[in-house]
Amino acid sequence: MTAIAASAPARSRSSASLRQWVGLLYVLPAVALVTVFFVIPLGMTAWMSLHNWPLMGEHSFIGLDNYFAILRDTRFWNALKFTFYYTVIVTIAIFAVAFPLAIFIERPRPLTNLYRTAFFMPAVVGFASASLLWSWLLNVDSGLFSPAAYDLGLIAKKVNLLATFQPAFWSIIAMVVWKVAGFTMIILMTGLQSIPQDLQEAAVIDGAGPLARFRAITLPLMRRTLALALILSVAGSILAFDQFYIILRGGPRNQTLTAVYWIFNQSFVSFKLGYGAALSMVLLAILVALSLVQLWLLRKPAGLD
Amino acid sequence: MAEAMSRNRKVGFTLARHSTGIIASVLFLAPIVWTVLSTFKPAQEARQPPLPPWPTTGFSIENYQTLNSFGDGLWVSAQNSIYVSVMTVLLSVLVSVLAGYGFSRFRFPFRDFFFVLILSTIMIPFQSILTPIFLVLTKLGLHNTLTGLVCVYVTLQLPFSIFMMRNAFDAVPREIEEAARMDGANNVTMLIKVMLPLVWPGVVTIALFAFLGAWNEFLAALVLMTDQSKFTLPVMMTALQSGRFGAIDWGAVQAGVTVMMVPCLILFLALQRFYIRGLMAGAVK
Repeated sequence: MTAIAASAPARSRSSASLRQWVGLLYVLPAVALVTVFFVIPLGMTAWMSLHNWPLMGEHSFIGLDNYFAILRDTRFWNALKFTFYYTVIVTIAIFAVAFPLAIFIERPRPLTNLYRTAFFMPAVVGFASASLLWSWLLNVDSGLFSPAAYDLGLIAKKVNLLATFQPAFWSIIAMVVWKVAGFTMIILMTGLQSIPQDLQEAAVIDGAGPLARFRAITLPLMRRTLALALILSVAGSILAFDQFYIILRGGPRNQTLTAVYWIFNQSFVSFKLGYGAALSMVLLAILVALSLVQLWLLRKPAGLD
Repeated sequence: MAEAMSRNRKVGFTLARHSTGIIASVLFLAPIVWTVLSTFKPAQEARQPPLPPWPTTGFSIENYQTLNSFGDGLWVSAQNSIYVSVMTVLLSVLVSVLAGYGFSRFRFPFRDFFFVLILSTIMIPFQSILTPIFLVLTKLGLHNTLTGLVCVYVTLQLPFSIFMMRNAFDAVPREIEEAARMDGANNVTMLIKVMLPLVWPGVVTIALFAFLGAWNEFLAALVLMTDQSKFTLPVMMTALQSGRFGAIDWGAVQAGVTVMMVPCLILFLALQRFYIRGLMAGAVK
């Protein structure tokens, strides 16, 4: 009698825990995909970076030689320098446009949804489509900007915007801001909307001006959203490739080769797969460091909630 | 009088707001509208600067017709893009619904480890592991196949979509499940008949992101698809724009870009609610 009573819960417990194992079957396809197409390639990148690995023929272990070669690879460091320069400029430019837009569409007023949709449209177009589109607009003969400026009499003769560094670089910045600002705007908008309205009103009663309110309330309370928007923009820009490949082909005079572009060239144009892997490890270390900064910035503020 | 002044100020404010809104909207929409309008020029006119953007020497769809004369033709690339995007949507929805359900409703060994593993892949840029992905695909016999590209795209979608689906399943009250279990539903019928209708918005969101991601992806397709008959639209159009098929036909480039943009724009306009939802979920996490 007691034996039966005791065994019933035991059996149901073991069958319950068995039933929990079924969960493993549900997540198995996902785990398999991530293992085969992410974890293994990641391990292989580290492994390959220690080898001389041509596309054809045998690969040989060379220790850290690839990494020593990177130290001497001035063109890679130039590419990295350019990538950081681009990242800083484009991030500032995106925020300078996206923040005012976010404030503009924050509160529901007539037509706000329509404006928001319009600002956001370029963000759903792919980077490749946007780059192709702008490569046409920027073209000296068949494009828009240069011929339009010429027709309006702003310039004496048509200027090829993509022939020299400065105009080419700023053209890319303009294109990326056009494409990305709407996205950043939405992120910032969620931050603005999460600020309690009564806090702002209380500050108004206390006689705080708009600028003071912005500095004392808006910015501190938006810290996590700002950090998120910042990290998304920085990470995206460090990995920039499409626009520089499609619009500029790394030119003029290889001045706009980004880090990913250089890795692409080494791996898939020169087919130095081992060296490309070592370069990838450097890029990966930079991005992981960035993610750690992100986690630190996005941590729940101490003392608050 | 004070009242009139404040009313004047209000009108002035509204006027300023709408003129700002309209000017900004025009700036954001102009490149898209300009391109779409220009595609309807005859090829001859499309070579000239687009001033004005609309056709002046007659309406024509010549630019779309010539697209098919480059290499294997744009239609082949469009089919590839459609196939890759649709398959990515179907597979990533299937895999993430299963995984989201598994992570949300079962306690099995290594559950948290697997979940963190999948989510942490978002920290690693896939650009840095493209070479080994290339080698893995070769090993699996999926080298230069659209199926191989689909596998890569699905894997890239997983951290976001599994995160979304787990949250969606977590939000479903357990009582609903228990009631269904009383009625004799097993795990699979439960998932399909009871749970799926409740997490439907999440499914639409991840499907939308999967489609846009696969449709617009460029670098992986450029590296992994070496045979022209396997090119997706962005790779094909870049080849065309780089002058690989002779002198650059800008009319064809505009038409190709339009073909690439329009599905994204339509899907976004139709499913905007779900798109913003996905963004918010990502932002709030």
